[in-house]
Amino acid sequence: MKQFAALLRKDNQSVRYLVVDDSVFARKNLIKMIEMFGGELAGEAGDGLTAIAEFNRIKPDIVLMDITMPQMEGIEAVERIVRQHSDARIVMVSSVGYQENILAALQKGAKHFVQKPVKPEVLYEILRYVLSDDPNATGAPVALAGESRS
Amino acid sequence: MRMELIQPFINAADAVFAESLQGPTKIIDVEMDEDAYRRKGVAALVLIKGDIEGRVILDVSQEVAVKVASVLAGAEMEASEQLVRETVCELANMVIGNSVTLLNDQGFHFKVFPPEVHMNESGLAGSADTEALVICIETTCGDIFLNIAMRYLHRRRAERSAVPALD
Repeated sequence: MKQFAALLRKDNQSVRYLVVDDSVFARKNLIKMIEMFGGELAGEAGDGLTAIAEFNRIKPDIVLMDITMPQMEGIEAVERIVRQHSDARIVMVSSVGYQENILAALQKGAKHFVQKPVKPEVLYEILRYVLSDDPNATGAPVALAGESRS
Repeated sequence: MRMELIQPFINAADAVFAESLQGPTKIIDVEMDEDAYRRKGVAALVLIKGDIEGRVILDVSQEVAVKVASVLAGAEMEASEQLVRETVCELANMVIGNSVTLLNDQGFHFKVFPPEVHMNESGLAGSADTEALVICIETTCGDIFLNIAMRYLHRRRAERSAVPALD
């Protein structure tokens, strides 16, 4: 399995993720990748409404958000989260990647977009880019995931 | 048969299966079908309505679904009806999502309905006046069948208006 250098916050703590997807498989797959990147799963949600509640509760560093979900779709959830937390860092993860969808998500405040099936190396680069403007994150690899960070 | 509408689904399925099931894929059988679709296993039916319309059926055996689930989850999964349902829906969503992206970027606008899972003994209705292409794709987890029937909506409208009105 390919190894990735851990993405860490500036305080040397793990990046905390909220994973939002109505598919259990998609969530498991993303969680597996987060662990490969040295991240920490802070919470999970299966729809947009739960995602908003979870965001308010756990204040994650990054949200990985699906678009098509029951109850409330991802783009609306992004809009609501960003309205309350302008510094929220949300990456859209969807199999539906046409331009209209991507533009709508970015206009509502998402930072980036990655298409399913997600390639770990693509998600890694996107997270690195998104974290690079995070005042709490180094945005640069400092240690291999699974290795000692001291 | 409008291959320009069907090709994006084949390309997307090939790419999605190769990437998500982590291995090579091969189209081992292609045939035309005008009758009601006879399922091979558990099928997810996705309807598409708009500038273009039709339906796509993704069909796998229960055994293949459990193998796919294990690869997608990265751990051995125990067979259950819910697991099989979720697996078939997840595969269908990924294939349709990627195909829709290709078609939408070509300027077609349409609505994609959520997958309907069919597990019981009844057959699936064929498309009213459109023949379907049935493709069998060999993957590392086993064979996955796709049944695709797509057409332009404006063509159907033109055909309807060409029929003389009855007095």
